[in-house]
Amino acid sequence: MTQTQQTKKLWELLDSVEDPEVPVISIVDLGIVRDIEINDTNEIIVTITPTYSGCPAMEYIEKGIAECLENNGYKLKEIKTVLHPAWTTDWLSKEGRAKLKAYGIAPPENSPNKNELFAKPKQIECPQCHSRNTEMISQFGSTACKALYRCKDCLEPFDYFKCI
Amino acid sequence: MTTKDALFTYLLRQADLNLVLGHRVSEWCGHGPVLEQDIALINTALDILGQAKSLFNYAAEYQGEGKTEDDLAYLRVEREYLNPLICEQPNGNFGDTIARQFFIDAFQYLYYQELKNSKNEFLSAFAEKSLKEVTYHLRFSSEWLTRLGDGTEESHQKMQEAVEDMWSFTGELFEMDDVEKTLVTEGIVVDTTSIKEEWLNLVSGVLTKATLTVPDNNAWMISGGRIGQHSEYMGFILSDLQYLQRAYPNASW
Repeated sequence: MTQTQQTKKLWELLDSVEDPEVPVISIVDLGIVRDIEINDTNEIIVTITPTYSGCPAMEYIEKGIAECLENNGYKLKEIKTVLHPAWTTDWLSKEGRAKLKAYGIAPPENSPNKNELFAKPKQIECPQCHSRNTEMISQFGSTACKALYRCKDCLEPFDYFKCI
Repeated sequence: MTTKDALFTYLLRQADLNLVLGHRVSEWCGHGPVLEQDIALINTALDILGQAKSLFNYAAEYQGEGKTEDDLAYLRVEREYLNPLICEQPNGNFGDTIARQFFIDAFQYLYYQELKNSKNEFLSAFAEKSLKEVTYHLRFSSEWLTRLGDGTEESHQKMQEAVEDMWSFTGELFEMDDVEKTLVTEGIVVDTTSIKEEWLNLVSGVLTKATLTVPDNNAWMISGGRIGQHSEYMGFILSDLQYLQRAYPNASW
């Protein structure tokens, strides 16, 4: 196998490591895995980035990566954590967004003004009944990456994956 | 002062600010006025503690004495902590916490926009990352400041008192001594005089929207935390924060 094929296989492999807080999507779907390298002695170096600075799942994710590689006969040299470029919801894969929605979490709706300080909260589509007649209850939901919304049509509360 | 000494002290000042503030905000856990706000405050605390962790991690590496982020966070004595006094002030009522948070959020929001241009690769990446989180914090604190200021007669009065109580601690955020001046010259940190006016504008704008009176810009300001001279609250914070490491040295998960 060439190096490229091998790296491709590794990406597929890490796609099986789930995010512990949103167990329907993988750390590859989420854009947490930034790079996979294989060095001269066939050891693996994985580069990851946190979604949020205080994300308590990072250690758990590192463990998941190490176990996944080990179980498949690879030798892990190092897991590097980088802050730059800063994680953005733009990196969420299309598959990841679809999986989030199916799970009942409204995926991030990209908007050009996501860094605007006092932008009006958006009318997010309800993942249950698809109505846009929704309102924000809180900027912060059950985890740092989510906000809390409520649908005014079907009356269900739901999580919205914040767009950052 | 050498760049190395200056940068290490600077990193501790920034890390301690976030550690002590994060600790204070986390004290709300289980005590928020309603569940959503409890969760919001704890999410904020988590971000701030995460930022502290990044800074301590880099500080330990930069110091190069084989210490870890935990050694720096938990095993110093009171006079060695270099956070500004504002972050150690008690949570008080919800309005007091919001006022403290709002002034610091507004500062960090402007500060990190400039720090993104730092010549130090870590600080630049750290600022880029933290800015996204701080933007959310500032939205939250501004919204509550407005809601309480422009709320009932009682909430307005309490919010005004909180703003005035916290005001005299804000000057220290902008202080610069030889540590910062050395690093400003080298393009590593932000010259705070360059963001003071913008901060005043931002803060005055939200306070005015909240129907609150903006305190006197030339009021007397108290300081000392950045050189290790703390208010009476700091010892209590540390006895809580350091308890585990002092009682069970080297305990780890």
